[in-house]
Amino acid sequence: MGEYNRDLSQNPCHMCMPMGGILALKGIEGAMPLLHGSQGCSTYMRRHIAEHFNEPVDVASSALNEKGTVYGGKANLKKAMDNVRRVYQPKLIGILTTCLAETIGEDIRQISSEYQAETECDCRIVTAATPGYGGTHTEGYWRMLRELLVQLTAPVEKHERINLIVPAALSPADLRQIKQTLALFGAEYTLLPDISETMDRPYEDCYGKMADGGTPLAEIAQMAGAVATLELGGPVDAKLSPGQLLQDSYGVPLYKLPIPIGLANSDQFIEAISTVLNKPVPAAICRERGLLMDAMIDAHKHSFQVRPVLFGDPEMVFALAGFCAENGMFPGVVATGGGSAGWRKAVAELLADSMNPLDVIEETDMSIVRARSEANQVNLAVGPSVGRYLEEQADIPLVRIGFPIQDRLGAQRILSVGYQGTALLLDKMVNCLLERKHKTYRSDLFQAYYQEREVARHEL
Amino acid sequence: MGVPSILENRQQSIVFKGRKKQEIRCETDSEAGCVSQRACVYCGARVVLNPVADALHLVHGPIGCASYTWDIRGSLNSGADLYRNSFSTDLKEQDIIFGGEKKLTAALDELIPQFQPPLVFVYSTCVVGVIGDDLDAVCKAASLRYGIPVKPVQSSGFIGSKSAGYRAACDVLFQLIEPPQPLEKDTKRFRLNYLGDFNLAGEAWIIRSYLERIGVTVNVVFTGDSRYEQIRGAANADLNIIQCAGSMHYLAGKLQEAYGIPCLSVSFLGLDDTAETLRAIARHFNDPSISEQAEALIAEESARVMPAILKYKSRLQGKKAAVYVGGGFKAISLIKQFREIGMEVVMIGTQTGRKEEYEKMDSLVNEGAVILDDANPAELERFMLEQGADLLVGGVKERPLAYKLGVAFVDHNHDRKHPLSGYAGAVNFAAEVYSTLGSPVWQAVQGGVRHGRV
Ligand code: SF4
Ligand code: SF4
Repeated sequence: MGEYNRDLSQNPCHMCMPMGGILALKGIEGAMPLLHGSQGCSTYMRRHIAEHFNEPVDVASSALNEKGTVYGGKANLKKAMDNVRRVYQPKLIGILTTCLAETIGEDIRQISSEYQAETECDCRIVTAATPGYGGTHTEGYWRMLRELLVQLTAPVEKHERINLIVPAALSPADLRQIKQTLALFGAEYTLLPDISETMDRPYEDCYGKMADGGTPLAEIAQMAGAVATLELGGPVDAKLSPGQLLQDSYGVPLYKLPIPIGLANSDQFIEAISTVLNKPVPAAICRERGLLMDAMIDAHKHSFQVRPVLFGDPEMVFALAGFCAENGMFPGVVATGGGSAGWRKAVAELLADSMNPLDVIEETDMSIVRARSEANQVNLAVGPSVGRYLEEQADIPLVRIGFPIQDRLGAQRILSVGYQGTALLLDKMVNCLLERKHKTYRSDLFQAYYQEREVARHEL
Repeated sequence: MGVPSILENRQQSIVFKGRKKQEIRCETDSEAGCVSQRACVYCGARVVLNPVADALHLVHGPIGCASYTWDIRGSLNSGADLYRNSFSTDLKEQDIIFGGEKKLTAALDELIPQFQPPLVFVYSTCVVGVIGDDLDAVCKAASLRYGIPVKPVQSSGFIGSKSAGYRAACDVLFQLIEPPQPLEKDTKRFRLNYLGDFNLAGEAWIIRSYLERIGVTVNVVFTGDSRYEQIRGAANADLNIIQCAGSMHYLAGKLQEAYGIPCLSVSFLGLDDTAETLRAIARHFNDPSISEQAEALIAEESARVMPAILKYKSRLQGKKAAVYVGGGFKAISLIKQFREIGMEVVMIGTQTGRKEEYEKMDSLVNEGAVILDDANPAELERFMLEQGADLLVGGVKERPLAYKLGVAFVDHNHDRKHPLSGYAGAVNFAAEVYSTLGSPVWQAVQGGVRHGRV
């Protein structure tokens, strides 16, 4: 725990575990999340997710009431599965617990196997323990992915596909960019999870309750035989890492990579693909790399003035820190609501070159982020919509990235990964400062240097 | 693609006006697995209490419950803004096992000296109800230590629905109210409490200005932009007017019982309701000068907004609306408001409507309209399409569904940023309906997604 932390939270910058579980399931083909607990939790989370993606987000709840809480929620949960199957015909139901279900000690694994035996249903059921008090939404996200692998994979024959595991903070546009990159290499791969279509749906003549797209269940079953796993989680803890699980259980080599935002981070990603496939980097990608370098040089004098506060999911913030450092945008504050001491150390190492005052804080909240940002004279905020608080209260402009973004449109289209995405993000950050500068530099300079003096008569 | 089926257990919660008489089932628990749009007890309590601007609102529970409700509502304030912070005890695994009382005490000991609030609300959430923390005792002790009210709100999410949360909040508010100051004999004062307005987008300010113009003083608004001091003095009013009945009827009842303050159900949504409300208040006070000023205000304001409303009406005439909102009061008002701009409501539903409210809706809508309690997305989808709705009124969760179905949408939620009350609000409402129904976008997408040549 960092030095600024208190035993309470004022204006949180993270969410709870089942939220992450839902986000993971939304990227699985034909999956329907079902929260075991009281109705309120799922309604709140649906609202949050729907506002970010501007997409319908259906999440079922076992709607535990007082009786269920006292005598156990088995009947509710089974009834919920019945109803979900009838209305949505899902290929998979992902059961996630909430605080309430965990506290009263519900055994969802047991209930679901009982249900499967009783109904002989052909729909897969995967369970994950995600009590809200047990961790942040990112931890819930990783846990859900791990459970999918534990419950849906078995040893299979080796094959040529790559496993690509992505964190929660990426947008559909980011995932499309990543897929394109892999396509340029001619790679065969399984992207887990894949929200690029499910959470960014076109307007269609006929609306379907279950979105198309998502990682196919058949591909998940094959992940144990892949040539390698690339996991874009940065320093995600081994006990949370789905890639670690594939390595430990099936010997699939794991490449732990940061999110490819920034030149060096993107390089790591591209080099990993090239190594695994044993193929040279396609010329088109080298050209994009050159374009990013050009953009960095164009921006460098301005970017050197940027002193950002970075906050949000630990994986995203870690990648952003590297990207900022290579551009001279040395942060004043790097913070996350989750994270760990290991995360803090990894971030601090990235920023060892900075001469500016810096706080790296894990398990924190926005009130501390604000106080430290003001103390360290931050001039730009980079993170999800909770940063509007900095914008409104501390007059620090916000560049929106990550999840959730609820006060602007187009979160699903924000592209920040790869050489191309990085250049876009860099422009956005620098332009934000330029906009301010142009707005105020005349009056700033006037106030700094102009001095009123008596104008003598004869001078007129 | 087949039409989604309606689950058997849901059938009694759906009725059609004019078809064989069947009572709607409502005020029951949600059906498991139904993707209900409902929130929880805590949410209800938070809706009601959160606008108390100088109070410190502390959520005793795990982080999520606080995270999802931080500053998501558009209650405006003048001055004090402590209420816009989200404080939480952020319970972790250890606290669930060993109890959260210590942590709660520590949080209060840190926050009260730091922020010096005149009043603290401590909300209980689901787990707190289960692990058995003695909220009452902790709050009482803190209250004694600091000499301010520290009020536990019994809002564990699973002990009912949003309406149970309204009740929990009203209970707490009632405890804060002190007996009235003795009145001088024969003093004539026209002072009322305005219940059930949360000052979304400044709505309570608009209504207060109307009331002042007709010679009536607002003692306190429950709870939009209110302060502890004002709430304490609520018993010094001669009348309670209640707008959002779902949340506030209970408090009005308690005030009537304890202090003999009469109450009046009102609505400031739409031109007719607003005028009728002002007249009813004048009638209640039975004072010619109030009546006169009320009539003058009605005439002046109607004349001012009528041209705009008629302009919109000419474009909206004959369109069909579907409505799915939280409470019955809002649903009823909306049927009338749509009629004022020439539109019919063909589908109407609420999360927590009461039996008598559903009867009222039934009496207002046309033959064939469908009425739903605690509907889910599959039902909303089916009935919007079946009834040929051109527009849906709902909350954030419903918006993307409407858009995907090619249906226009109006936000009628707590986070909206424009007032819908009174005369100003009536124009805003018509303008918003027009901004979505009249948008050329719908024509642009009419041909569907395929190109002519493929
Ligand atoms: S923290 Fe727990 S109770 Fe609160 S919303 Fe999350 S799962 Fe539900
Ligand atoms: S845990 Fe209970 S109080 Fe918290 S959001 Fe869920 S239902 Fe509401």
